[in-house]
Amino acid sequence: MRFLLESRKLILLAAGIYVVLKLLFNLGIVSEYIQQITIYVFIVVLAATGLNVIYGYTGQFSLGHAAFYGIGAYTSAYLVKTLGLDSVFALPATLLAGGIMAGLVACVIGIPILRLRDDFLGIATLGFGILVRVFFDNSDRISETLGGSRGFTGIAKLTSLETTFVVTVFLLIVTRNIISSRYGLFWRCIKDDETASASIGIDTTRMKLMAFSYGCFLAGVAGALYAHLYTFLHPSNFDFLKSIDFLIIVILGGMGNIAGTIWAGLIWVGFIEGLRIVLPSNILDLRWVFIPLLLIGLMMWRPYGLMSRKKGHG
Amino acid sequence: MEHASYIISQVINGLQLGAVYALIALGYTMVYGILRLINFAHGDIFMLGAFFAYFLISRFGMPIYLVFFATMAMCALAGYLMEKLAYKPLRNAPKISLLITAVGVSLFLEYFCSLKAVFTPDYIGFPRPFEVKTYDLSLGGIDFSFTNVQILIFAVTSFTLALLYLIIYRTKQGTAMRAVSHDQETAALMGINIDHTVSLTFMVGAALAGVGGILYGIAYPQINVFMGIMPGIKSFIAAVLGGIGIIHGAVVGGLIVGVSEVIVSAFLSSTYRDGVIFVILLIVLLVKPSGLFGKRIDKV
Repeated sequence: MRFLLESRKLILLAAGIYVVLKLLFNLGIVSEYIQQITIYVFIVVLAATGLNVIYGYTGQFSLGHAAFYGIGAYTSAYLVKTLGLDSVFALPATLLAGGIMAGLVACVIGIPILRLRDDFLGIATLGFGILVRVFFDNSDRISETLGGSRGFTGIAKLTSLETTFVVTVFLLIVTRNIISSRYGLFWRCIKDDETASASIGIDTTRMKLMAFSYGCFLAGVAGALYAHLYTFLHPSNFDFLKSIDFLIIVILGGMGNIAGTIWAGLIWVGFIEGLRIVLPSNILDLRWVFIPLLLIGLMMWRPYGLMSRKKGHG
Repeated sequence: MEHASYIISQVINGLQLGAVYALIALGYTMVYGILRLINFAHGDIFMLGAFFAYFLISRFGMPIYLVFFATMAMCALAGYLMEKLAYKPLRNAPKISLLITAVGVSLFLEYFCSLKAVFTPDYIGFPRPFEVKTYDLSLGGIDFSFTNVQILIFAVTSFTLALLYLIIYRTKQGTAMRAVSHDQETAALMGINIDHTVSLTFMVGAALAGVGGILYGIAYPQINVFMGIMPGIKSFIAAVLGGIGIIHGAVVGGLIVGVSEVIVSAFLSSTYRDGVIFVILLIVLLVKPSGLFGKRIDKV
């Protein structure tokens, strides 16, 4: 736990943010809906940080991140529902179970597919994402509780500002420390040049698998938090577009930049949900016409991400 | 014998779907070959093709053979504009920005077209230009049947493929395309106009997707602005299956994907049909990452 002491400035900052948010929530300044969105931002940031570890730091392209997010969500929701663990005290265990499940699945499929590179890895993970989606759609054949294509209903609402905040901040600090550790150094090496990394004795296969599993573990925990926030899961929540959402956040934040991911997550979710509040209902349909245009514009204006000052390489 | 004829009928149905996938996959494989870009918006050009044809047939009563040419021209224009407006400014940006832009273009086309003022968000029926007739045939004691829709699809696909081969292997522009996809810098040094060739590739690919859209509309007469997403992804997988950048690979890949999808729906369950293709993809990528017809390379 020494690392918590070393990160005390960050923890103080986080505590400050928490107090402000709590005051805003309790004084009734913001609506229930905005409170939910605020919690959702933390969840998205956590999952996107997972993708950042995989893609931004280790350079392994993934278009199927939402699948692991979904695996975490379904695992945790299923455990809570079947074992009746609907108390806040059991939540850390179920969150961990969701994360570990996602990490294990990532490890199993990572062994074969991480041999692929770039776009081919992207297509393989995209394929895996759709496979998982098909599995969720047919999940009622395994257990009625999972709901299949009708969706998983009646999940206990356990996620609160406190739980999300503590879990997200804790895992972000852990991630930051791993990135600056020996393993993180290996990951960044592999991103820069895989062949050269192997030549200086880095076990690239193992390191890639580790980064992939850890990133997916974060997605799994985030998914579990998501399940207990919205209390309803549907296979379409975890499709290809969701994976793209995470990817957009990582790119906008600048690859390999945790602070950037946090800002980008806040801006992206805030923008999408903000438009829903600001725009009058008769032109709400136009929202998804403007968002892609904005995205294309952003890519032309800042191809290396909103937050990146230097010109990295993608 | 009854079993055999059922299988043969299903295979024919699969080839019908596979022919459409092949037409879309060609555009993917050509664009990927030249720009190394997974053009996610390609599936939406396919959707545009179906909608253009719908309007040409139902509003203007255009005869079907003219519809093909008009739709191809309109889709080629859409492909040209897409490349010029969205992708060309990012030619030197990181590849990932280009990919995100492609997703942006795709979402834009889908949601823009789903506006009531443009197309419609609902499913609409595609007007069949002729009545469906079924022909029964018996070969060596096995009965099977096929429809005139299937004949049309196979005929149009074969004709389009022949045309594409002529363009790619018998014209100067086609040679330029192959040269650019082989080595862009050297091709530029040899005096090939890269911008022009890239535009042309997009136009040819989009025209093929447009044909695919019409055929899809005729075969499965329900169209929707989001109809391009899954066929788009599956066609890209077909292109990877056959070996990305290889023309005949895309055709064979498309047919394999179409047949396996229909076979799985017929013998297992239609809810598994999206899953099986990705299982095949994973196997192919692991055994031969460069695809069925790709050159043997150690690492992809």
